Amino acid sequence: MASVVLSEAEKVYVVHGVQEDLRVDGRGCEDYRCIEVETDVVSNTSGSARVKLGHTDILVGVKAEMGTPKLENPNEGYLEFFVDCSANATPEFEGRGGEELATEIVNTLYRIFSSESTIDVKSLCINPREHCWVLYVDVLLLECGGNLFDAISIAVKAALFNTRIPKVRVLEDEEGSKEIELSDDPYDCIRLNVDNVPCIITLSKIGCRHVVDATLQEEACSLASLLLSVTSRGTFTCMKKLGNGSLDPESIFEMMETGKRVGKTLHASLQKILDKEESLGTTRQKVGFLG
Amino acid sequence: MAGLELLSDEGYRVDGRRAGELRKVRARMGVFAQADGSAYLEQGNTKALAVVYGPHEMRGSRSKALHDRALVNCQYSMATFSTGERKRRPHGDRKSSEMTLHLKQTFEAAILTQLYPRSQIDIYVQILQADGGNYCACVNAATLATIDAGIPMRDYVCACSAGFIEDTPLADLNYVEEAAGGPQVALALLPKSDQIALLEMNSRLHEDHLEQVMEAASKACKDVYAVLDQVVRDHVHEVTTLLGE
Repeated sequence: MASVVLSEAEKVYVVHGVQEDLRVDGRGCEDYRCIEVETDVVSNTSGSARVKLGHTDILVGVKAEMGTPKLENPNEGYLEFFVDCSANATPEFEGRGGEELATEIVNTLYRIFSSESTIDVKSLCINPREHCWVLYVDVLLLECGGNLFDAISIAVKAALFNTRIPKVRVLEDEEGSKEIELSDDPYDCIRLNVDNVPCIITLSKIGCRHVVDATLQEEACSLASLLLSVTSRGTFTCMKKLGNGSLDPESIFEMMETGKRVGKTLHASLQKILDKEESLGTTRQKVGFLG
Repeated sequence: MAGLELLSDEGYRVDGRRAGELRKVRARMGVFAQADGSAYLEQGNTKALAVVYGPHEMRGSRSKALHDRALVNCQYSMATFSTGERKRRPHGDRKSSEMTLHLKQTFEAAILTQLYPRSQIDIYVQILQADGGNYCACVNAATLATIDAGIPMRDYVCACSAGFIEDTPLADLNYVEEAAGGPQVALALLPKSDQIALLEMNSRLHEDHLEQVMEAASKACKDVYAVLDQVVRDHVHEVTTLLGE
């Protein structure tokens, strides 16, 4: 992340602005920056999405590969997350520099997807105990301009929405040996139901108020923030406090209320955009990084 | 490879190109705001993203600083989802380390490093989608990013690959043609002076054919140059219009 150094006066300016519900870029406390979402940007993945939130730029690719189910859940497939903090975002991430942040993000992703209801992993099973689909969700960080977690969760949801897994059939012959047959029609595929996939809402405490979607400057002024993963129905699946400051219990409840409200609207607008893009089908002009 | 005709009798390749034809090159400069220079380049289905930071003070150990010129620091990585089969690591494997070295060598030849003694220039490239000619796409993207960063260079560096199939030199190989295992030359050229910044050849090629293949590769590099130059001119035009000049 490009490090920002703010003077005392600048910090006071940001904090006072937040108190008046008017932030440096003109937003209110509960407003997101403009979010750009585009799906199907990398053609050799099963699903992909690129999300640009202010200066934060995330690319997510989902690859479906065949694997063996885990011993404890023999009739379920599973998701594997991987985050690459590429040196594109900042020179500090060169070599192994980004691994610490990457591990933190990966663990958060595993946690918000740990709930059984988020993705129907049973539908990923092909042949109990023998074959299942493994969805490799690879997150690539291209630029960090604050509010990384929210942008990543939006991109992951969009990429999972876009994911198409080829249909396969298990054929069994007389001797009991099984054979997997891939459908001939490339359009014959399974889609994932992403209605219950949560999005992360990070609320940063600045002064005595809290804001959503903090920029780097605002993050530098905030002592602590609360990370909430909210589903489209407004239920929380994970909660985590970030930052080195402390929060009092009362403000945590306030933040949860805000998170719920903002989360519901975020999900609704994301779904609307994804459906709209979907309806355009192949006629859609792909923009990618050229636009 | 049995069953797959890489060059038809009519002279067309698997993707419908002629022997000396390039894939469609599309590029954009100034993709990111935080970096000093950035560019995105598509060469057919190969997509590369390059970012340049610098010239800036040495990071990390100062002992690496060169007293008479700038240090060019590169990193080549491939997104884990970029290839047909998922990669386990984006960088740090042997192939990526080799590519990193090649990039470093190429850009040390092109950038006027002696203008910035004791400083460092970082060039990071990322392959988002791989479909053959990864090194070439990276070099071309990095050239645009370096220009975007305003770092003085001797000339553009343009790279293109060439192969030799059925007695015909083919320019700008795609993945299928690369995977067929024929001879392949990767050439990075400074087109105005015809200087070679990097040359690499895989597999076997008869000496008599080398000149033809080199000819095809350098012709392709010059074609790439025309495209890149146009991209830069369009970008500069756009920026100056926005500034109202």
